[in-house]
Amino acid sequence: MNVLKEGNGKLLGWEHPDDVYRWKQENKSHALEDKRMSAPEAVDAYIDDGDVIALGGFGHVRISTPILHEIIRQDVTDLGFFGKTAGYDLDLLIGAGNVSEVEVAYSFAQEQRGLAPASRRGVEGGDVTVTAEASNATLQWRFLAAKMGIPCIPARILDETDTFEKSSAMVVEDPYSGDPMTVVPAAFPDVSFIHATKADKYGNAVIDGIVVEDPELAAATKRLIVTAEEIVDSDEIREDPKATDIPYFFTDAVVEAPYGSHPAEMPYEYYFDEEHMAEWIDLSDSEEGTQEYIEKYITGTDDFEEYLEVAGGEEKLADLEAIEHYEKEATYPWK
Amino acid sequence: MTMAQDYNETELLITIASHALEDDSTIMVGTGMPMLAGMLAQKTHAPNATLIYEAGGIGPEARALPVSVGDSRTFDHAFKAAGMHDVMSYGQAGNIDFGFLGGAQIDKYGNLNSTVIGDWEQPAVRFPGSGGANDIGSWANETLITMRQGDNRFVDELDFRTTPGHLDGPGSREESALPATNGPVKVITQIGVYEFDDDTKEMTLSTLNPGFEESDVNENSSFEIHIPDDYERSPEPTDEELRLLREEIDPRGIVR
Repeated sequence: MNVLKEGNGKLLGWEHPDDVYRWKQENKSHALEDKRMSAPEAVDAYIDDGDVIALGGFGHVRISTPILHEIIRQDVTDLGFFGKTAGYDLDLLIGAGNVSEVEVAYSFAQEQRGLAPASRRGVEGGDVTVTAEASNATLQWRFLAAKMGIPCIPARILDETDTFEKSSAMVVEDPYSGDPMTVVPAAFPDVSFIHATKADKYGNAVIDGIVVEDPELAAATKRLIVTAEEIVDSDEIREDPKATDIPYFFTDAVVEAPYGSHPAEMPYEYYFDEEHMAEWIDLSDSEEGTQEYIEKYITGTDDFEEYLEVAGGEEKLADLEAIEHYEKEATYPWK
Repeated sequence: MTMAQDYNETELLITIASHALEDDSTIMVGTGMPMLAGMLAQKTHAPNATLIYEAGGIGPEARALPVSVGDSRTFDHAFKAAGMHDVMSYGQAGNIDFGFLGGAQIDKYGNLNSTVIGDWEQPAVRFPGSGGANDIGSWANETLITMRQGDNRFVDELDFRTTPGHLDGPGSREESALPATNGPVKVITQIGVYEFDDDTKEMTLSTLNPGFEESDVNENSSFEIHIPDDYERSPEPTDEELRLLREEIDPRGIVR
């Protein structure tokens, strides 16, 4: 295949598919075993300094907050991050100093809430390096190629833009039509964590609502931590097998985490905690404020249960459930 | 010709954008103005248009306004709760009629920057990056662009070309690895609506917004926008459009 153009972004998370194949054969158990553990145990066991990580969900929707907190408490450093659609998740880790490299599809911002001050400070000040640009489909299909165990996959995007120039993609000659064709490389994150609606103890997991990129990410990543609102009996999974989004053999750890996406939304369960988001946006405007937030909610609390108490406890959570279920109107204090 | 305006610029942009959408079409929207334009079109001339969100929501009849492209309001009472791989594939393969984009900078060919102001390695301002913009600009059959106009935003040379428009002019999209779409068809700003000349692919005035003069067009652009003799005035929002926006679509004023 003739290579016509090469993006000059850093190739993050690529390995020869044979190497990953062999790694999986040697390291991933296919046994039906009880993988339940705590968030601290999961982070200690599977996330190391320098790993390249990715999160499920959508930045402010269905994120694994207990794992984010534990990365901060255990002071895991020099993480590379796939900013697929990153939001509060990446912003928090940048604010806490855990991330040094990001491949950016969408990062450093909070969608309707505006740009993210902590992330901007990190990237404009040089503490955080953008390794490459991507687009949402680029990262989605980098994970798809990894899921399929192939080195790269064609996509009809990117060409003739600076996004391409700063990406790890190439433009090659399509062997069928002879026309130029973009190819994006497989991406195998070292470890990913995905928040699910429910999972069994083996790691079969169900995501209610849109799945975003998670069926591909779960299959692409070398290690996978599943956090779930609820741990259920395997029979409940078997009763509706079409609903299973992640089969157990991808999963290395299962963490029970009710309200585990807070302050992000969990579809069908609870709405964004917009007051909390506004507090973060406000405090993260300065380095001191960022540290104040982290001390108040994360390093100053022992675990996720205590965090939820500090963040407003049962009353707050009942409120967020009512908003999600259209029983109460949301307020948007950041507006 | 204008009376005292009882609407703001955002409401004007939303109503004008909604007119560009057709009934029985599939429309890729993001949060903010595009979503409101799509919803307004559905409540006026395009009741059977389907809104699609890049994270996977297809055809919602949402009871509340989404604040994220991936929140549960994007698939409330929807046809399908899919995923990003599905939606991006559907679009790339020719199943999405309209895409909406915005940006910090645009050039005369409708290429967009939403990545950085200044140098990429040492940015003066770092924006979110492409998100789905490069993808939508690559494959939506027709792309609509909404943004604020000013000579620092309508620029000769983008600081960074995040998203493809008509690239370097006539023929350049055809030579690229991108699908053979119509590319960007309209740019909607507070001053006017612009289209792209068939021959040059350069921005040209289509309609001038209420309250603006012809001279405002090029005083607020660093490149020359062609002004034909026969341009018309953009219609003002109707009372009914404003009522729908304020009372039914965005009563909390999240976007407006």
